[in-house]
Amino acid sequence: MKITQEIKESTVIMTLDGELDASSSVILDEELSDPEIMKYSKILVDCEKLNYISSAGLGVFISHLQRFEDAQIKLIFYNMQDKVRNVFEILGLDLLMTIVSDYEEARTVSNE
Amino acid sequence: MNNSIRVNCTKKNLKLIRDFVVEYLRAYALSDIITNQIVLAVDEICANLIIHANHENPDKFIHLAIHQQKEMLKFEISDNGLAFQRSKYKEPNIEENIRMGKKGGVGIALVNRIMDKVEFESNDSQNVCVLYKKIK
Repeated sequence: MKITQEIKESTVIMTLDGELDASSSVILDEELSDPEIMKYSKILVDCEKLNYISSAGLGVFISHLQRFEDAQIKLIFYNMQDKVRNVFEILGLDLLMTIVSDYEEARTVSNE
Repeated sequence: MNNSIRVNCTKKNLKLIRDFVVEYLRAYALSDIITNQIVLAVDEICANLIIHANHENPDKFIHLAIHQQKEMLKFEISDNGLAFQRSKYKEPNIEENIRMGKKGGVGIALVNRIMDKVEFESNDSQNVCVLYKKIK
């Protein structure tokens, strides 16, 4: 799993590249736990190269969601592959998290 | 075709198991979504065995064997660690997990929703989890 971050004003664009399983999701947890991230109001997660997610990866997002919401930080996923989106859907997480089709839509939704 | 794999209990080996399952399933030409679901269910069980049942002890092993039984694929995962206690299992409430900032506890829910039948058996020191998935 490779995670890169790009900062654009009040937005963090986080690109996930690889597979998020019980082994690799620790890195994601470290990135999302970094107090620095709370300075931004939007986190856009580019999932185009996210080829796999297991419950450990989902768990990391689940565990930070409330904290971001309380701090009024918007967490938005985009460019998600169908097979990965399906895993969110099995648990109904697609209804509890914001998943949009592409970067343009992510930007629009993040400004609402 | 090689239908079984044995790995020691480190989380890094989860990738090996997933690659093995993908390779095995290739012959069935299933959709990307179904293939991924099956790989995920096996991965979830193996992760639980490696982390919770065997505490990531590299001297311990888990074994996976895949068989076809008529219209079913059968995944048999065995180990010698602590047995999974199904009677203590509770379906997660995802909204509650979000409120509590809870990290774990949704893996078995995925397995139960993906697979057609899930069995856990323990005798003496061996535990076997068997997952069944209809493919036709």
